[in-house]
Amino acid sequence: MIGLPHYLIVAAMLLTIGVFGIFVNRKNIIVILMSIELILLAVNINLVAFSAYLHDVAGQIFAMFVLTVAAAEAAVGLAILVTFFRNRGDIAVDDASMMKG
Amino acid sequence: MALQAIAFYLLAFVTVAAGLLVVSAKNPVHSVLFLITAFFSAAGLFVLLGAEFLAMLLIVVYVGAVAVLFLFVVMMLDIDFEALRDGFAQYLPIGGLVAGVLTIEMIMVAVSVATNGKASANALPNASPGGFSNTEAIGRVLYTDYVFFFQAAGLVLLVAMIGAIVLTLRHKPGVKRQDIGKQVARTPKTGMELVQIKPGEGISE
Repeated sequence: MIGLPHYLIVAAMLLTIGVFGIFVNRKNIIVILMSIELILLAVNINLVAFSAYLHDVAGQIFAMFVLTVAAAEAAVGLAILVTFFRNRGDIAVDDASMMKG
Repeated sequence: MALQAIAFYLLAFVTVAAGLLVVSAKNPVHSVLFLITAFFSAAGLFVLLGAEFLAMLLIVVYVGAVAVLFLFVVMMLDIDFEALRDGFAQYLPIGGLVAGVLTIEMIMVAVSVATNGKASANALPNASPGGFSNTEAIGRVLYTDYVFFFQAAGLVLLVAMIGAIVLTLRHKPGVKRQDIGKQVARTPKTGMELVQIKPGEGISE
């Protein structure tokens, strides 16, 4: 019998995989962006699972907005990446210090 | 019920395995393809929960737009991806430790919330309450209770689109383009020059 905990455990594993991906791929910003997408997918699985088991459709609406923000974030992130690559010729982000931040 | 359990475990396994391969694949193109696999199986999980509309939305938005965008960028930029994997083995132990601790904590919290919280009262999932189809149930609240949020989401997308265009647009100097105004404004006076050539000499600039 598949219940709510099963879905929550899948989402928890996916989220930690995303965090792990950010840890081990510190230079490669493309993989970092993909890890962020994985984390947001885990959030969406949580929202939809709770929405289904609480018999309340609001969670799915919220998941839709998360999806919207994730798409916008990916578009702007990749645009910044392309601009960064044009200026520097590589995408090693661990030594990006042009703005002295 | 047994069939549903088999489908769940299959989809869950593929989702988690594809997620692991996204972060550990050597070639970023493979990473993007595993990301697409993860999104497809997550959409399958949504269908199992009864949220068909969001499942289709996930495929259209993520596989159709976001993953293709990633694929474009990975293939378009000329990057030495081997050099970007330098710190992989170095950060593997600490990353694995943090991920392990986080997984155990989150699973404990999730199980306790799922077994003791409000959601434990319902044994079966129902993603479309009120007897409507899933899409109709979403539409009924999206365009009434959440209409301002819906408009704000549209605004977010518009700003992101303009931002992406502004960031990547560039005007190359030295590119010759047709200027019709300039062509029409040409007169014989500006278009040609009369010179007197002495016999035995050429034209010097």
